[in-house]
Amino acid sequence: MLHALANPARFLRLMAAIRPWAAGVAVLGLGVGLAWGLLYSPPDYQQGETVRIMYIHVPAAWMGMFIYAAMAVASATALIWRHPVAELVAKASAPAGAAFTLICLITGSLWGKPMWGAWWVWDARLTSMLILFFLYLGYIALWEAFDDPARAGRAAAILALVGAINLPIIKFSVDWWNTMHQPASVLTLEGPKIHPDILWPLLITAIGAKGYYVWLLTVRVRAEILKRQARILRFAAATDRRAG
Amino acid sequence: MSAFLAIVARDLRLGFGAQGAMLTTLLFFVLAVSLFPLGVGPEPQILARIAAGVIWVAALLAAMLSLDRLFQTDQEDGTLDLLAQAPLPLGLVALAKTLAHWLTTGLPLSLIAPLLAILLQMEADAIPVLLAALLLGTPSLSLIGAIGAALTLGAKRGAVLVPLLTLPLVIPVLIFGVGAVEAAAYGLSAGPHLLLLGAFLAGALALSPFAIAAAVRLALE
Repeated sequence: MLHALANPARFLRLMAAIRPWAAGVAVLGLGVGLAWGLLYSPPDYQQGETVRIMYIHVPAAWMGMFIYAAMAVASATALIWRHPVAELVAKASAPAGAAFTLICLITGSLWGKPMWGAWWVWDARLTSMLILFFLYLGYIALWEAFDDPARAGRAAAILALVGAINLPIIKFSVDWWNTMHQPASVLTLEGPKIHPDILWPLLITAIGAKGYYVWLLTVRVRAEILKRQARILRFAAATDRRAG
Repeated sequence: MSAFLAIVARDLRLGFGAQGAMLTTLLFFVLAVSLFPLGVGPEPQILARIAAGVIWVAALLAAMLSLDRLFQTDQEDGTLDLLAQAPLPLGLVALAKTLAHWLTTGLPLSLIAPLLAILLQMEADAIPVLLAALLLGTPSLSLIGAIGAALTLGAKRGAVLVPLLTLPLVIPVLIFGVGAVEAAAYGLSAGPHLLLLGAFLAGALALSPFAIAAAVRLALE
């Protein structure tokens, strides 16, 4: 299965087959989930209407973490089996993950103003997401730092794995730091159990966001493969010209 | 073992020499810490409150300074190719170079830190803990930093890239390091923080040579 997918042409056919389904899941999930959450779900008894920020904030946070995990798995596949397409999957994932993480940070900040009275609070979760955002930026910067895509891809894969091993430790240390400096904890989702009227739109939005990510992957990986092929053709043309 | 020590000795000679980065790094560390009282004001309570954080953040930044040269100069003059062909496994070569880096940055920096702590009005009880925490924490900075240095070998803007890749990964060292000193300053036990710093170092010591070696091998292909 893994080796079959290493053939870019076969991978492109699979991507083309998945694309409409992913797009459907994305449109349906994000449409229904966001409409339900933003328009029809009940306001929170304490937070009022501002709780609706959650329907964007929480799925974005989930996606930010999910995509880093996906990137780490793709990077491991790329390093262990020298899998050329897995490397491109990891590369194509990074901007999407960074964008979701940034959305999570911005909505968190917007939510913080009415809830905590400040645009930014060094809450453990927000701080962890900020560090995750930096890790994404470092990964993207490393890809851009080399002219040779083969070199860039494997260096970035090593970085993604080092980051994935370190991420739980960072998360733990930030939680530790937070309890040390900020004893009174802020609102958490685990608190009182979530009412189904809130949970359902949240889950549907999250599934829609996953669909969007898969759709984005099919588009971006295709673009990366075509870019590689264009690069090879350009080199071949340059060599021909010199030879002729 | 003798090859390992030979690499450490060679890098130490280069580090301590006129072109070495040791003095520059130390000077940067002292200067960076001295800027804070000028920035936040000379009130002793404020300085005492921020002393641990300031010293640790300055140590993190100072450790990043010379990292981009760790493998770069050896790659430019071909030494790295020879080292990679040595009978010593590449992971151990990397470990030897990292050890030399720590001996020329982390160690002198840790030893001068108590002096800076006095300048910043740190509690007297906390100063030995600061020294212990720095001695335990700075090797991790060199180890994780060496991964960043090896990954950016031959990259454009490598010198700027190394801190960008490395600093997020060493945040635990900063948190536990400051935690140890603050615990001691409040009269609590610094033990748990120091143990966590030690655990982080043990993990970094076991795992990062593989990552460094993989990255160096990649750069030499």
